[in-house]
Amino acid sequence: MKRYSAFAIAREAFRHHSGWERAWRSPAPKSKYDVIIIGAGGHGLATAYYLGKNFGITNVAVIEKGWLGGGNTGRNTTIIRSNYLQDPSAAIYEKSRSLYETLSQDLNYNVMFSPRGVLMLAQTQHEIRGYKRTAHANALQGVPTEWIGPGRVKEICPIIELNGPRYPVLGGLFQERGGTARHDAVAWGYARACSDMGMDIIQQCEVTNIRTSGGKVVGVDTTKGAIECDKLGGIVAGNSSVLADMAGFRLPMESVALQALVSEPIKPAMDIVVMANTVHGYLSQSDKGEMVIGGGTDGYNNYTQRGSFHHIEETVRALIETFPMLSRLKMLRQWGGIVDVTGDRSPMLTKTPIEGMFMNCGWGTGGFKAIPGSGWAMAELMAKGESPLTDEFSMWRFKEGKFIDESVAAGVAH
Amino acid sequence: MLILNCPCCGVSGEETEYHAGGEAHLKRHSIGSTDDQFEEYLFMRENPRGVHLERWRHNNGCGKWFHAARCTQTLEVFGTYSAQTYEPPKEIKDAISAKRPGWTWRTFS
Repeated sequence: MKRYSAFAIAREAFRHHSGWERAWRSPAPKSKYDVIIIGAGGHGLATAYYLGKNFGITNVAVIEKGWLGGGNTGRNTTIIRSNYLQDPSAAIYEKSRSLYETLSQDLNYNVMFSPRGVLMLAQTQHEIRGYKRTAHANALQGVPTEWIGPGRVKEICPIIELNGPRYPVLGGLFQERGGTARHDAVAWGYARACSDMGMDIIQQCEVTNIRTSGGKVVGVDTTKGAIECDKLGGIVAGNSSVLADMAGFRLPMESVALQALVSEPIKPAMDIVVMANTVHGYLSQSDKGEMVIGGGTDGYNNYTQRGSFHHIEETVRALIETFPMLSRLKMLRQWGGIVDVTGDRSPMLTKTPIEGMFMNCGWGTGGFKAIPGSGWAMAELMAKGESPLTDEFSMWRFKEGKFIDESVAAGVAH
Repeated sequence: MLILNCPCCGVSGEETEYHAGGEAHLKRHSIGSTDDQFEEYLFMRENPRGVHLERWRHNNGCGKWFHAARCTQTLEVFGTYSAQTYEPPKEIKDAISAKRPGWTWRTFS
């Protein structure tokens, strides 16, 4: 692999850019791999990458029914933060956020990580108490966050209207080292690094069946033929229940649509990420100048990758109370992704009833921020059979009542 | 936008008039049940890509609960029916079978 650098750009400028090579190979599948990862989204590619980097396992295939990074990896609002209440969550999300800080150098691929600060608004008395509690918990976990008052909120986000008619801004939980990254680049960077280690990334290859023998996974049937493997990782977000059904078990999970939209590009107006969880609206400004807006989920099971329009209307209506200037903006695009929501709104990084098969799913409405940490932990789980970061995230915690209750603890948003 | 017909009051309305209540026909386990049964009742879901039997409440209408048969891949509604039943009536099963031959749901089809 030729490395990207300032020198490479200069070199190519002198030869009509004829020397750039494809970022990753697209080989035909081999008949057998040590590890097969189903799903070439951020989490799947990151898992493959850390299997190779941390454990030297490179006989790996990442298979994808659509195109690389075309699911939720390319559909989220790119927010990165780690201000969670519960210790297991804080551990894996903070690991992830810290990996993002050096990811561009690590992958030799610019993921445009921008630690611009993430502000979660408190707009009810309940949220004030909740976020102060989170700030104290974060202090114990070693995750730097702080509670700030309305004056400081206005200072760091001048376009905000503090005294909205319905939900005035009463303060906020601020994580200065949170931010955003370019979501496509995260998938592309991992894919390029995986391909460079000799892994096969096989797109447009749908898994149709999981082969087992004596309760142990032995391979998968795909639209490009059968492929054998010793270990299998199912990392398919909204389609996790469908994959589990192929293997003959069920998951404590439902798939629903989550939507986002962007405005026309405008000049720089807001240099942080703002999340308003009471009214279900998340806002940041992309490098292109678009205001990126995330909304709430639909209430019913859905696999269509589009959501109900009235949720867009509700999100925008709520946000223009807090950001009146948005009312003059045209919205350019709207899209939806299928998120996998578990019973306690926390993910599952887990062994399964099938020996040798692992699942990494249930990231629900907040998976993008977790990609590097999730891949890191999942690789350890798959290589060694256990990982301190995944201990609490087993699929059997629901039977045992050992929930990781971030839904109630951290507000609604992930 | 989904349009559902409430079998309780007979009104057809858009989804904003209703509230989705999750999977239907769950067996409600109670005192004396095992951990497995509680897990099944409280958390385990079919979550199919295809035919889904689900509960809805006519929130901004008669306020009653009812059931619907719907496809999660196309959002096609096969029909709605009373919630006072353990499985869909024959006409609902036939309506599903006409569009999705070979469909199944837990213990019946």
